[in-house]
Amino acid sequence: MSSETAFATGQRARGLGPFLRSQMRNIAPFLTLIFLSAFFALASPSFATLDNLGNILTQVSVTGIIAVGLTFVILCAEIDLSIAGIANVTGIAVAFFTAQESYVNIANLPLPGAVAILLAIALCAALGLVNALGLTVIGIPSFIMTLAMMQIAAGISAMLVRGQIAYKVPDVITTLGSGSVGGIPWIVIVAAIMLLGGHLVLTYTRFGRYVYMVGGNREAAEYAGLNVKLILGAVMVISAVCSGIGGMLGVAHFGSAQQNEFDTYLLDSIAAVVVGGTSLFGGRGGIGNTIVGLFVLGVLNNGLDHVNIDSFLKILIRGLILLAALIINVYAQRLREKAAE
Amino acid sequence: MTEVRPPILELQGITKSFGGVEALRGVDFALSPGEIHGLVGENGAGKSTLMKIIAGVHTEFSGRFLVDGQETHFRSARDAHAAGIAMVHQELSVAPDLTVAENVFLGNQPTNALGLVQWRRMAREAGEQLARFGIDVDPMSRLGDLPIGLQQLIEIARVLFSGARIVILDEPTSALSPPEVERLFATLRRLREEGTAIVFISHFIEDILRVSDTVTVFRNGRKVAETASTATSKGALIEAMIGRGGEALEHSYTDDLMLPRPSDSSVVLRVDQLSLARSLKDISFEARAGEVLGIYGFMGCGQQELSRILFGKLKPDSGTLAVDGTPKTFASTAAARRAGVALVPESRRAMLFHQEPVYKNISISILDRISALLLKPAQERDIARRQVEQLQIRPPVVGLDLGMLSGGNQQKVALAKWLTYPPKLLVLCEPTRGMDVGAKNDVINIVRDLRTKGLAIIVLSTEPETVLSLADRILVLKRGALVREFRNEPVSKDRLLEAA
Repeated sequence: MSSETAFATGQRARGLGPFLRSQMRNIAPFLTLIFLSAFFALASPSFATLDNLGNILTQVSVTGIIAVGLTFVILCAEIDLSIAGIANVTGIAVAFFTAQESYVNIANLPLPGAVAILLAIALCAALGLVNALGLTVIGIPSFIMTLAMMQIAAGISAMLVRGQIAYKVPDVITTLGSGSVGGIPWIVIVAAIMLLGGHLVLTYTRFGRYVYMVGGNREAAEYAGLNVKLILGAVMVISAVCSGIGGMLGVAHFGSAQQNEFDTYLLDSIAAVVVGGTSLFGGRGGIGNTIVGLFVLGVLNNGLDHVNIDSFLKILIRGLILLAALIINVYAQRLREKAAE
Repeated sequence: MTEVRPPILELQGITKSFGGVEALRGVDFALSPGEIHGLVGENGAGKSTLMKIIAGVHTEFSGRFLVDGQETHFRSARDAHAAGIAMVHQELSVAPDLTVAENVFLGNQPTNALGLVQWRRMAREAGEQLARFGIDVDPMSRLGDLPIGLQQLIEIARVLFSGARIVILDEPTSALSPPEVERLFATLRRLREEGTAIVFISHFIEDILRVSDTVTVFRNGRKVAETASTATSKGALIEAMIGRGGEALEHSYTDDLMLPRPSDSSVVLRVDQLSLARSLKDISFEARAGEVLGIYGFMGCGQQELSRILFGKLKPDSGTLAVDGTPKTFASTAAARRAGVALVPESRRAMLFHQEPVYKNISISILDRISALLLKPAQERDIARRQVEQLQIRPPVVGLDLGMLSGGNQQKVALAKWLTYPPKLLVLCEPTRGMDVGAKNDVINIVRDLRTKGLAIIVLSTEPETVLSLADRILVLKRGALVREFRNEPVSKDRLLEAA
């Protein structure tokens, strides 16, 4: 092909149809969100209110904080199944290092609040580092490595609380998790700040560019002389720390720290990232997509409570929506590859 | 030729084109039982295309196709298989995680009345078959644990003993050691006695001459010669492959080209006794500033592995590298980049980001030099624009997705990413493969320009033209060992082919 004809086809391929096809992964989740919102607004008068919007935002906050780190991981075409486990153990750890009421039967280790928080953060970062080393140095696939970490985190949680429930966490965590300022819950503000921070890192920093490039074509990234293992290791640590923060605030939000408290957050976080349109094959998507995904899930969970529906059917509907999103995700990737050929 | 026995396979006037490009033009080909038929020709001459037609891989073509005198049209490789035709492809296609016995019986394991696999019988029969081939391995061991050459022999053995009447071997010897080649040839001769017809494709002309009865030469999709092996020579075959004063549009490098006097500028890279498993044996050489060092060899000769070692992607088993006199062991490609080494691998898919814009493809290797933390997109685009202009990349739009560019322009982008902050050593694998004449010339000029700027450049290629058009000094790599150096002397395509 001569350069002129390449130019011509290049221009032609930038028509409206191919553009829409290549943007399918961004458009489809957004349409889903609009459709779901319109449906619930019509089906229930209590859904489309400002109060309920606040509910939805609060409900997705913990998932949102965890999903920030997970977005980095999935952009690199890896997965982290230990997010909920690490959230749980970090929440339990911060409670473990806080003085509990006398009726709480845990052999805990009371420390000043700031130290407790630092130790909890160090714990989740260390667990993330183990994930990172397993993935990059030993070469265990992230799916398996983080599956093992999920068990390890659950094990540490169990050892710390021994079937009991702790209630107290440092004051600052209590405020951020369950307090509010000017009518806006702190946890929503924290989630918003973390999502914004994640977006800024991914879009405007060198590290963020590397994340996209490693996800887009890992081999090419290596041949460009990038330290791919370092980048993969870093995203695993970021994911663990985000999960840890989500776990600490979650414990404050729920008012208790106990075993298996965060189990549903694993699927919810993965669903939020993928439903939002971030490619499971890496390199495409971002925090913007994750935010749309969070809203889709939030609207769905919240809306199903507003309409009169069999609560067992709700689970099935959530599963079907997730399946549909996965089909779109894979299909969008194929369309894009075709457009690039 | 053996006219006594009627041909088992006969092709008449076969023409095949891929998207308007004729890969075969009116080729006649016949094969008799008990014949070993050698095929030679340059890359892209049409050998493999013809064999894929015979093996039922390509089903769209024009011309007559007769098996046992009956006109036939295969619709799939399965049809060809049913007609008794089997092929060993150039790339290894085994199941490394299965046992040797399972690989030998892949697709037709012996089963009992219940449909269960008879393991003991399968192991025994596989062992017997391989023993006939002179291979003594435990049939129950995992295939992937064996050396590559042995794996290839086992794959060949599977096809040879599959009961096929026509066996096609595409480059079967490239990964084999000399004794293994001997074993293969002994088996081929025995099968010939039993009446099997064998097609043998190889770049190693000595091998062809030793084992085959007849040799056919292909050039540019045509059959240009067919002769008895005893009536020809390596030189005559090379001449027929290349063609003298013929249809070539480009410089054909058939005449002697004088290499310049070796440069005495500083040594940028010194490689000492580098070895890697079965791929590389005791490689030592040096690359100097302002010099283009060509490394020529056939596919599978170890070039790819060598280039990966230089860029820290593979670790050698033994041997040392030194850049500017400092010994280096690269822990990663990032370490190699920091030491001033750059690599452009042969596959564009492996080195470019097709879904990202041109400027991101160009800036990826230098981001750490233009931004500490925050990206500077304007500066990235500026740098990209300068490179696009300098290398005449078309279209000159740095925001366009890379996938929209033609192959030649993509290749230029791959080069461009290393040129803003030139490395000390630039390693280029197949820099002009699959490019049209214009783009090829552009790349050649870029490389020459870089040489004058004082870079040490290594060009690795399986195409003699590429090496001859660029190199000041040429090393020939053959089955993992350096066998010849051309310096300050005349060199030509046939001299290179002769040495390899």
